[in-house]
Amino acid sequence: MSVMNMVQAINNALEIKLKEDPNIVIFGEDAGVEGGVFRVTEGLQEKFGAARVFDSPLAESGIVGTAIGMAIAGLRPIVELQFCGFVYPAFNQIISHASRMHNRTRGKYKTPMVIRFPYGGGINALEHHSESMESIYGHIPGIKVVIPSTPHDAKGLLISAIESDDTVIFMEPKRIYRAIKQEVSEQKFSIPIGKAKVLTEGKDITIVAYGAMIREVQKAMMLAKSQNISVELIDLRSVYPIDKDTIVKSVQKTGRLLTVTEEPNTYGVAAEITAIANEEAFLYLEAPPKRVTGFDTIVPLPRGEHFYLQTPEKIFYELERLVKY
Amino acid sequence: MLKEYNPIDDKMLTIIDNDGNVMNFKWKPEIEDEQVLNAQKAMLFARTADIMAVSYQRQGRMFTYPPNLGQEAVSAALARVLHEEDWLVPAFRELGAWLAKGATLKDVFMYYMGFEEGTAFRGAKKLLPISVPIASQLLHAVGIGYSIKLKNEKDVVFAVVGDGGTSEGDFHEALNFAGVWKVPVIFIVQNNQYAISVPFNQQTASTNIAVKSIAYGMPGIKVDGNDFFAMLSALQYASEYSRKGNGPILIEAFTYRKGAHTTSDDPTKYRSVKEEEEWSHTDPLKRLGLYLKSKNSWSDKEEQKLVNEYKKEINRSFEEAENTPAVKLNDVFDYLYVDKPDDLKIQQLEFEKFLKWKEQQK
Repeated sequence: MSVMNMVQAINNALEIKLKEDPNIVIFGEDAGVEGGVFRVTEGLQEKFGAARVFDSPLAESGIVGTAIGMAIAGLRPIVELQFCGFVYPAFNQIISHASRMHNRTRGKYKTPMVIRFPYGGGINALEHHSESMESIYGHIPGIKVVIPSTPHDAKGLLISAIESDDTVIFMEPKRIYRAIKQEVSEQKFSIPIGKAKVLTEGKDITIVAYGAMIREVQKAMMLAKSQNISVELIDLRSVYPIDKDTIVKSVQKTGRLLTVTEEPNTYGVAAEITAIANEEAFLYLEAPPKRVTGFDTIVPLPRGEHFYLQTPEKIFYELERLVKY
Repeated sequence: MLKEYNPIDDKMLTIIDNDGNVMNFKWKPEIEDEQVLNAQKAMLFARTADIMAVSYQRQGRMFTYPPNLGQEAVSAALARVLHEEDWLVPAFRELGAWLAKGATLKDVFMYYMGFEEGTAFRGAKKLLPISVPIASQLLHAVGIGYSIKLKNEKDVVFAVVGDGGTSEGDFHEALNFAGVWKVPVIFIVQNNQYAISVPFNQQTASTNIAVKSIAYGMPGIKVDGNDFFAMLSALQYASEYSRKGNGPILIEAFTYRKGAHTTSDDPTKYRSVKEEEEWSHTDPLKRLGLYLKSKNSWSDKEEQKLVNEYKKEINRSFEEAENTPAVKLNDVFDYLYVDKPDDLKIQQLEFEKFLKWKEQQK
């Protein structure tokens, strides 16, 4: 065991897999020499050489498109895109090719690759650097979408993502890249994709969250505890496949559901979770499911961003209203 | 060749004239007479299949189909240069090359009848599926090229796109990445003068397409795409160039789409009969046919005899495709993921319940 933050845990997972599988290559803008703008791939080029860990030209479609070709030819590429807000040029490659090559060729070719990028607000960033657009990836048939909330989970989920024969979008909550440190095993371990985790058991209300929102919910839970409200907290971990069973079982037990995400509200992951509760646990509900999400607006620049972010107070405000409904 | 046909000068590599006379002995490729005859037969087969495909579509037995008519020399030459271990990354107008790589006409017919199985090209090694989104497939070719280079293999990748595709960002990104990574990819642009209805001069202000290669640090050659010998000569040169580790190269095949973009298109709306008539003199089958006739190895009678044979064979393939078993619900769900999510299993089960209910209503 050693103490790692999320950046170190991801780096450690990448190193383990690079060592283990010669077909793995890592590339992206600044991913080689510099080790990425967040230093997630730092030191890997020195260890594994510039043929396997390298910089690419500055072009997201080019990065994802060439990774698809590599995957078809038998490599297992892991690409880094710099920010969630910069993925859009690669959309055609993700939607029209990575997600459907296996289907189009009836299994003859597959695209085992991981597309990693940081997402989310709260770091006083420039425009286009604070988006949380996980729902648009969750909506694409043919890919899987994973979001870790701790260094330990980041490592285990990333190893699963790399070993997956399907394309996995791996979204990293950059706000907690270095904010949370914990003991993480240096050995290889994996956490299955598509399984949520009940972090805290409770009886009054279910809260579903993921990524950087887990920490905010946990702070809100301290406030709830002082009011004798017992919260069951579920870390979704995978946006798709989505673990309906864990959500439904919990809502059946507590009768109340609050979903906390950073994305815009309409058509979001929170809307999907609400739909699951309505479809599968309707008769157990004692209050209408509630979403705490971003607004249907652009994430404001740093001076206005505090209005948009999900704070522990805002989360507590909504959970208390739900419990008292 | 690269110096002599520097695309800046807008010179086009041509070997035979419109009457099949050899004009350019210097670059005439080394090829046995029998192989030339085989190429002509392959072009005739592709053309016959293509014409029949359009007619099957008109009969309502197949859906929208993009004909290759007039562009057969590009695929025929490509077919003769491709090694078994080389990759072919197609767009959607390279029928002859797919067949050479091991795809079957049945596959092609199945795809345009609406069966995914068709574009799997099950029996073809290292052939990617037909790619509809335009130019995006070129990046896959570059990625495959990177894999070849990383593993020290000797194969090359042939990637095809149309003139319209050169306006897409992915064309730029693919050539740029290929140049930087120095990967063994031969980009072939079939410049058939139109992107559906939009003519070449509305697509780019460049004098030609080959010239675009210069900006990416790779050579380019403009080639008479309706001249089998010129295409073969250029592709032989290009494949040797890339195979030796020199990196990518761009071939512009200057050709003409005699047919419609697809069976849903009406070319009379955007081009003149006069223009079509002018281009008809450059037809690749006519030209190579005249060359072979001058060698006494081709005749109209022979051609007609072959067409009749081919028609039977093509019709057999078509009927086989028509006898494809109906799509099953499993076919819709089973291939999207290697590891199928439970969600999809549940959606399938629920739909099966509905089907069962529907059955009971009868």
